[in-house]
Amino acid sequence: MADASASPASSQRKNILKTMEIDTRLLGMVGAFIVVCVMFNLLTDGRFLTPRNIFNLTIQTVSVAIMATGMVFVIVTRHIDLSVGSLLATCSAMMAMTQTSFLPAMGVDFGNPLIAPVAIIVGIVTGAVIGAFQGWLIGYLAIPAFIVTLGGLLVWRNVAWYLTNGQTIGPLDETFQLLGGIGGTLGTTGSWIVGVLGVIAACVAIWSARHARIHHEFPVKPVWAEGLLMVVAAALILGFVAVLNAYEVPARVLERQFEASGQVMPEGYVQGYGVPYSVLLLIAVAVVMTMIARKTRLGRYIFATGGNPDAAELSGINTRLLTVKVFAIMGVLCGLAGLVASARLSFHSNDIGTLDELRVIAAAVIGGTALAGGLGTIYGAILGALIMQSLQSGMAMVGVDAPFQNIVVGAVLVLAVLVDILYRKKTGAN
Amino acid sequence: MIDRSGTPLVELRDISIAFGGVKAVDHVSVDLYPGEVVGLLGHNGAGKSTLIKCLSGAYRQDTGDVFVNGEKANIANPRDARDYNIETIYQTLALADNLDAASNLFLGRELTTSFGFVDDAAMEAETRKIMGRLNPNFRKFGSPVKALSGGQRQSVAIARAVYFQAKILIMDEPTAALGPQETQMVAELIQELKKDGLGIFLIDHDVHQVKELCDRAAVMKNGELVGVVDVDDVTTDDLLAMIIAGKRPEHLAA
Repeated sequence: MADASASPASSQRKNILKTMEIDTRLLGMVGAFIVVCVMFNLLTDGRFLTPRNIFNLTIQTVSVAIMATGMVFVIVTRHIDLSVGSLLATCSAMMAMTQTSFLPAMGVDFGNPLIAPVAIIVGIVTGAVIGAFQGWLIGYLAIPAFIVTLGGLLVWRNVAWYLTNGQTIGPLDETFQLLGGIGGTLGTTGSWIVGVLGVIAACVAIWSARHARIHHEFPVKPVWAEGLLMVVAAALILGFVAVLNAYEVPARVLERQFEASGQVMPEGYVQGYGVPYSVLLLIAVAVVMTMIARKTRLGRYIFATGGNPDAAELSGINTRLLTVKVFAIMGVLCGLAGLVASARLSFHSNDIGTLDELRVIAAAVIGGTALAGGLGTIYGAILGALIMQSLQSGMAMVGVDAPFQNIVVGAVLVLAVLVDILYRKKTGAN
Repeated sequence: MIDRSGTPLVELRDISIAFGGVKAVDHVSVDLYPGEVVGLLGHNGAGKSTLIKCLSGAYRQDTGDVFVNGEKANIANPRDARDYNIETIYQTLALADNLDAASNLFLGRELTTSFGFVDDAAMEAETRKIMGRLNPNFRKFGSPVKALSGGQRQSVAIARAVYFQAKILIMDEPTAALGPQETQMVAELIQELKKDGLGIFLIDHDVHQVKELCDRAAVMKNGELVGVVDVDDVTTDDLLAMIIAGKRPEHLAA
């Protein structure tokens, strides 16, 4: 059986891409991203692709990228969530008030190690509860998601305002701020360790997937293709770590650190930042969300419901409860994004996350999530967020006027979807 | 040739269901024995699909009872129906177009690894086994079912019912979208399943097909049961008269 189906398949495999079984759509997006980067690098005389700018670009993307992974599930199930920016603000406000007001009132003083974890849990629970509530309105009361979350856009923005009396709350707890980006990084050694562990994990994953197919006597790609895939994965991971490690902590910051501990900085001492904790958080979110999408029943049901809601219902899937779960996941991710966004600013402000709903939806859509439902990938959405952020900050570096920046971003969104439609028409599949 | 002396596999007794004042099904009783194919005939809107949805769990009857193997069955949703080994092959196929054959076959009943993750490799292996039996030419295990032909999609839907050892199979116009060759394939499959002792309800428009595939035919009109007849006792014209005029053939009128 397996042999019979393998032989015609292998004769059809004409080029290297097919043999590698690489998603050409992903390749197109990576290509677009590279073009954007190279273009801005030329326009800024090489300032765009410096370790410093890549570091900044990465930490600026994290908040939107975290939410975009959840938006993939929402859009795949044929819904939409317009409230994510406002929900982020409510979660951020809850976390800020917990650490500056609620906990101190309960006798937990500033600087107490409990503050950061409690605040984070409060933020995540807030997101989960509000998300589940919106999901219940959509799934069980059958109010369209567009309306529920449009209402949520107004409601949660102003709940956040009410919670803080419209004040900017800060500075936030120092441990809490570690998740903001530049304030908390792994350092060079730690980053290399994490990078190597990442490479090992990627290779094991590729190898065990191959092993499972051999075990069931399914056709597999040639060994060299798997090997090449591993080499590419390793190069990407270690290259990323190397770039982030190459961004050195400015000398005056180091001097201050040494002074604070009563030492004198040795001559010629340098220290790289390495991988920020917030980026590790994004990677963890991406891995977990990808596992949910591909390896759990929940993920299977999300995609089945998006592909054919009636079929899912008739197959015994509780699609109403599924809607609640999907929006609860979105809420949790809004909580995490609120954590990263407010920690990066080091305070909670009233306008935090404004217009993030549009960035998040745009990231998911540019990343190949189809609004008709049933199609979308987590890595695509993250790449989409990265492309959006590159455009935005690249134009700012070049000195494009603010109105033109938004005009370009808007046009790119529409163009990206057009290209995607044409691509799907041409290839027929997917 | 069908032994109807024992307990019926399914008995729909005095089923009624109304939608906003319209009586879609009006006091209808039909039964089904092991190894038997009962055709449900009628115009569009005659109530045959509605009746059968009370058995598959998609609708809940207002009055009347469903008996499975002589025992009263409580079927509130499609999951309950599955617990009674009732499987349905819907007119619309009920496949998720964006998923592959294995994912569709196991939809709602995925095989999982010991960690609780879905076991795609095992499901694909099982799918290859059962498709090898039902449709040996089937090759497209990796593609979404959207890329399959009507017959291939139908065989995925049928494989789903067969794999989970249905005792009672409901087929809602299984050949409506198929070419002659694929229709023949489905017909052969129905004969196979009969031999295994399954009971099959076959909803169809085509009286010739019902004459050919079924043992008995139940004809409905305007939500009411016109009559249940042995297909060998009637001509296709008799069946048409039952469907159109709602009259039982005179030679059978008692």
